[in-house]
Amino acid sequence: MKRLFTLLQRELSVFYYSTIAYIVLFLFLILNGLSFWFAIALLNRAPSENTVVQVFFNSAFFWIAYLLVFSVITMRSFAEEFKLGTIETLMTAPVHDWEVVASKFLAALLFYLSLWLPSLLYFLIFGWLGNRSAIGSTAQVWAPYLLLLVMGMFNVALGCLASAMTSDQIVAAMISLMLTIGFFFVTLINYVVNSSSPLLREITAYVAQLDHMDSFSRGVVDSRVFVFYPSMTFLLLFITYQVFQYRRWKV
Amino acid sequence: MIKVEQLTKKYPGVVAIHDLSFEVEKGEIVGFLGPNGAGKSTTMRILSSFMPPTFGRAYIAGHDVFRDSLKARRHLGYLPESVPLYRDMRVNEYLRYRGSLKGLSGRKLRSRAEAVKELCSLREVENKLIAGLSKGYRQRVGLAEALIHEPDLLILDEPTLGLDPNQIRHARELIKSLGKRHTILLSTHILSEVEVTCSRVIIIHRGKIEASDTPENLVGRIRTSGTVRLEARTGSDDPVERLERIAGVKNVAANQEDGWHRCSIRVEANSDLREDIFRLAVERCWTIRELTQERATLEDVFVELTHTDN
Repeated sequence: MKRLFTLLQRELSVFYYSTIAYIVLFLFLILNGLSFWFAIALLNRAPSENTVVQVFFNSAFFWIAYLLVFSVITMRSFAEEFKLGTIETLMTAPVHDWEVVASKFLAALLFYLSLWLPSLLYFLIFGWLGNRSAIGSTAQVWAPYLLLLVMGMFNVALGCLASAMTSDQIVAAMISLMLTIGFFFVTLINYVVNSSSPLLREITAYVAQLDHMDSFSRGVVDSRVFVFYPSMTFLLLFITYQVFQYRRWKV
Repeated sequence: MIKVEQLTKKYPGVVAIHDLSFEVEKGEIVGFLGPNGAGKSTTMRILSSFMPPTFGRAYIAGHDVFRDSLKARRHLGYLPESVPLYRDMRVNEYLRYRGSLKGLSGRKLRSRAEAVKELCSLREVENKLIAGLSKGYRQRVGLAEALIHEPDLLILDEPTLGLDPNQIRHARELIKSLGKRHTILLSTHILSEVEVTCSRVIIIHRGKIEASDTPENLVGRIRTSGTVRLEARTGSDDPVERLERIAGVKNVAANQEDGWHRCSIRVEANSDLREDIFRLAVERCWTIRELTQERATLEDVFVELTHTDN
């Protein structure tokens, strides 16, 4: 456990030592701010049934930031170790392979979560300033963040897998962007195939992130996502672990 | 300390090491020699449990490096060939991070970090970013890292690669002093270094062990013919003609400079013709300025054992 903590500390420090982390933090702050500002502006223009939270989490700004961020966060995690050769010193220290995979995943997830903190503050401050009704109930504020956590786990694990497959950060970023966007648009199959097959709808509903967010931001919490995303995350991390070991032994 | 049994590693299409078996006892400093691509780094990577062998077993301090990997790794300090380091960390941070990864903590970690910084002369750069360090300092950071948990065994893959002559000398002294407390397996191409630091030499070639002995015995065993160097003023004599008449001389090469003949006399193996040459000189009234028998060096042994015709 102490080893895992040491590794995690190192992985987290990687983010805060690198310029890219601050660029991401800065862009995220701007996109979140814009998104929030547009939500307020929209609600100021005309009476609406939607809360600020709902408008915020269903805006294009939000989704663009969400989809782009994973590849940037995870691209260097394994790729950089392979490229610098530090994988050799890392894996000859007395640590288990799974500890390395877990620490890299957890660090990326924690960084991702920290990106959403400013937006949570907006809502809390906005509500505290007296616009309780425009925010909605406590559950309506927190539910989207729960969803961001589980969907984030899944996408961060995808990014880790992409990074473990290559020694080039850029290639890792491309692969992970492709995977993230690919899963995001899986529901489009329904429109392309144009079949009303209920089975297909049932399956794609599991990864319909837009739909999840729509219901969660209304405060409707669907328990299926808490089973699906964490179990997919475990599966992806297991594959990452295998790929990682395979590449290390192949050097 | 190290026990290697029939170790074999195959890469697709190539056999990197084939049926390697050797042992290293506690307290030995063993030089691991061989031409590039002979399988030195592969063997070291298997010993450090970075990758598994195709066949065979390897043990460190009695622990199988693959099945009981973590226990084996605790006894080991490993410096890979390219000395990979995290460039975004400071020397202090890096040593503390690696120390705690290897199970040190609190006061023990601090005192060990101080000790290795002292040992490897890293005081003046302790707060610098590793990215900004020169090659010599990076090498020392790598070595300090390998030493931080006081391992019984040090595996150093070309620890003097890319250092300048002063740094090489310093590294050699350091390795020699480390040999008092640690067992060391090191690979290098600088053979003079091996002659002074190592108590035993293992030479591998094309993945097989060609020789394993003390440097002295290896040099003694070599069968190439020796050379005697003579520098003399010979008056009107032709030194080449005279010298070639001595029994045991194979051939003589000579050149002349300011009236001094510099001769390189190839003699048959295991013979010392210096007395005969001296007698000849006295007889012919030559003035001798130099008369030396050149010794075979580890380099000659290395070249003979690993010489390839292609």
